[in-house]
Parts: sequence; structure tokens; C-alpha cells
Amino acid sequence: MYPAPAEITPPELYARRREFLKTSIGLGLAGAVLPAPTFAAPAQLGNGAKKSPFSTDEAQTPLKHITGYSNFYEFGTDKEDPARHAHQLKTRPWTVRLEGLVRKPVTLDIETILKLAPIEERIYRLRCVEGWSMVIPWLGFPLDALLRQVEPLGNAKYVEFVTALQPENMPGVRSRVLQWPYVEGLRLDEARHPLTLLVLGLYGDLLPSGNGAPLRIAVPWKYGFKSAKSIATIRFVEQEPRSSWMKAAPREYGFYSNVNPDVPHPRWSQAKERRIGEFLKRDTLPFNGYGEQVASLYSGMDLRKHF
Amino acid sequence: MPIAPLKTLVFVLALLPLAYYGWGAWHDTLGANPVEAVTRGMGTWTLNLLLITLAITPLRELTGWHAALRLRRMLGLFTFFYAALHLTSYLWFDQFFAWGEIARDILERPFITVGMAAFVLLVPLAATSSNFAIRRLGGRRWQALHRTVYAIGILAVLHYSWLVKADQSQPLLYGGILVVLLGLRAWWREVERREQLAGKYQPKIRNRIIPIQPRD
Repeated sequence: MYPAPAEITPPELYARRREFLKTSIGLGLAGAVLPAPTFAAPAQLGNGAKKSPFSTDEAQTPLKHITGYSNFYEFGTDKEDPARHAHQLKTRPWTVRLEGLVRKPVTLDIETILKLAPIEERIYRLRCVEGWSMVIPWLGFPLDALLRQVEPLGNAKYVEFVTALQPENMPGVRSRVLQWPYVEGLRLDEARHPLTLLVLGLYGDLLPSGNGAPLRIAVPWKYGFKSAKSIATIRFVEQEPRSSWMKAAPREYGFYSNVNPDVPHPRWSQAKERRIGEFLKRDTLPFNGYGEQVASLYSGMDLRKHF
Repeated sequence: MPIAPLKTLVFVLALLPLAYYGWGAWHDTLGANPVEAVTRGMGTWTLNLLLITLAITPLRELTGWHAALRLRRMLGLFTFFYAALHLTSYLWFDQFFAWGEIARDILERPFITVGMAAFVLLVPLAATSSNFAIRRLGGRRWQALHRTVYAIGILAVLHYSWLVKADQSQPLLYGGILVVLLGLRAWWREVERREQLAGKYQPKIRNRIIPIQPRD
């Protein structure tokens, strides 16, 4: 069913081949010089992707910055580490288990998940808790389409996302900066919100490993760390999950972690952000500019308390 | 090695980090967030040079290489130089001189409070680095003043430690080196104190006021 390891194209070769393709297509030589392909090229995930009314028309962050500046501590705490080490992540075979408070748990293969729903392009703002932001053209579909594969029990109130743990491929997990595996969580209504995206790709192609291949979520009104990467398990639970960051620094990271310029991180302000590629800082917007869609989820809640 | 060419060498070496970041900023090779890279780079080199400066005295004690002392003033001034660049990049690129915000940062954010305190304490040291200032103050007072560098070292490591999000490995490394550098001094002082109490006190060079060196 899966190619033997020897048949898998090494990522460097794959990348070079892509470069070559791009250059040769640019020169109009593709048909003339390309030998018959010796491996099945991955289908371009972005082909035929639907545009989304949720997309922003702001200038998109270049791919090299999205891949070259990423927090994925399983590969190291430097933002350059994922680009250096994440190619070691084994993304096939890959399954996602939906379990916990559900009528019947299921384990789905990534190839099945890729075909669960039509792929959409969603150009979202991403605001990191560290004070920088990007605009990223994600590919995927609403997380709800995946969650609907199981029937939650009445007492399921939250969903927990558990990132895969591959100690032999993840040099960062040798250090105890966070509790592994990485755990994040959402309230069930947040997880089912149409803005919450199950991400399978970006910039027209499959997700790069350092950005959470083969699947992650994007919750654009929350700080970036809420959007769990390389998800292996989705668990329906009754109690509010304690995320890895909440365990590491409970005073600094709350369960909700909605983008909020009025609630500073205990050690720095959240009023402004630097959009990657820009020199001047811009004002951070409540809910990262998605308040119109999501503010009602939190009506009646004191967002200073539920930070 | 004669001291004059060594001083020139150290001078050039100490400018290399600035050249690296200047070149990188100009040619856009500092990654996705060049502003942050510059601010952090200047901070890192402030700490590096501070620890190198603090290593001079133990180095002389342990190796007997007294000429090393003649590099210390320049290293200290480069520490101040990078600290000033670090502070400038914060005031400019992070805050764009919004003084109200800066004041709030200093009051409310402990890592900025201690960073700013460290810089403020560095200013009089840089200002009294000339031979003239040493003469004016008198060696003993000058030396007492310049001992604040120990506090500056502690504040600088705290500043680093309190700003990192989760990974304390680098701040711990700097902290460990600082503990060794300050611990050696404390230990030697303690040994001297005991010798004094036992009446075996022999003045050593490290215990005297630093003699003023005429310029080469």
C-alpha cells in the first residue's frame, strides 16, 4: 500500500526536482528535456481549490519565510530548526485517531482524510504570541468535516489535539522545554467553527514538514501555538484540556489564548505586532481581526480572566 | 606577543559582529525577521563581551599573563558600545521612540527593567574609562565604582533569562559562566581574608590598586 522506504524520494532530491521543473517550465523547455518521470509526483493539492470568503487580500508572506521562521519545538527552539530538521519527520504512513467521548472511535488514514471534503484555499492572518505575524495561504477544509466522522457523546465539551511523537526523528524532544507529546485543545464549538481549518497544504502544495505535515489545524483568531501541528490524535473530552504551554507556564498561557491587544503577555505587550517583511509595527486587532465571526463565542466571558 | 598589535587585533575582532549584522541587514540575509535578528544579535554580543571582559582578571590570575589586563578597557568599552546599539534597536525598531510605551515597559516588564538598569549602570563605567577619570577619582574609588560590573553581569543574565519563552539552555550557559567568573573572585577574596586572619598576609598584585599605565 505504501512505497517501500527505498522508493521514497529523498526530500532534497524532491526539492531540487521541483526547482528544476520550475526553471525548465519557465524556459519553455519542460516537454523537450524532461525524462519520463520515475516516481509519482504528488498531485498539486491546490489545483482546483475553492476560494474562500474568509480569505484576506493582504499581501502574502513569502513561502521561504513561512518555512524558514517557524516554531515547532519538537525540532528545536530556534525558528530555523524546523527547516533544518523536520525533513526527518515520517509523514507516511500516517493515521489520525478520533477517540475519547465518541460513540465509536475511528482511525483514518491520511489518504482518506485528504479526500474527505473539497480543498479550499484560506488566506489567513497568523499572529504569534511572540509579537510577529504572517499572512498564509493555507489549503484544507473545515475541521468540522473531520470531526463529523465520529459521533460525540453528550458530555463531550472539548477537543484535545495531540501532536505525533517520533523521538528518533524529533531532536527537540530530548530537551524538556515542554511536555511531550505536544497537546493543545479547543472548546467543541470553537473546533466546529467554520473558520477553524484542517490544514493539509499551503501555497498550492502539500504542507512542508516544518509547518506541521501532513495535517495540522489553523485557528486564526488565536495565538499561533493553539494551532497544533502534525496531529496524530483528536480526543473528545469533558474537562478543559491542559495544553503543553499551560503546563509549562500556567501564568503566561491560558486555555483560550485569543489574540487580544488589551491583555498583555505577563512579560511583553501584545498591543502591536511586526508583520514579517515589514519594518513598522502594526496594531494587533482583537481576535486577530476575526471578531465579527468569533466574538459571539465568548459573549459574557471576562477575556482578561479567560486569557 | 607585543600588546599593540594584539590590541589592534582585538579591536578588529570586536567589530566583526557589527559588520556581520550590518552586511546581513543590507543584503537581507538575516532571515524572516531581520529587525529581531539585529536586536538579539546586539544583545548577545553585549553579553559575550561582558563575560570576556570579566574573564580578563581570572585569566591573568590563572596564567600570570599580566598584559591581558591592558585589553580590558577596550573590551569593556565594546561591551558598552554593543549595549548602546542593543538599546537603540529596542527604542527605535521595537518602540519607534514611543516614550510612553517605553516607560510602561520599563515599569511593568521585569526583563526590560533589569536590562535598562544594567545599561544605566554601564554608563558611568564607560564615562570613567579614561586615564584622566581614573586619576580624578583616585584608584580606590575608581575600583569601587567599577565593581558594579558584577551587578551588571547578574542583571544582564537575568534580562536574557526573563525574556526567553521556554528554552533556558542559553541563559543557563551564560549564567553558569558568570557564576564561575564571579565565584573565582569570591573564592580568592575568601582565601586572602583567611590568610590575613592567620597573619600570613602577603600583598599580591591582584589585591593592589591597579597601577595607572601610561599610554604606549
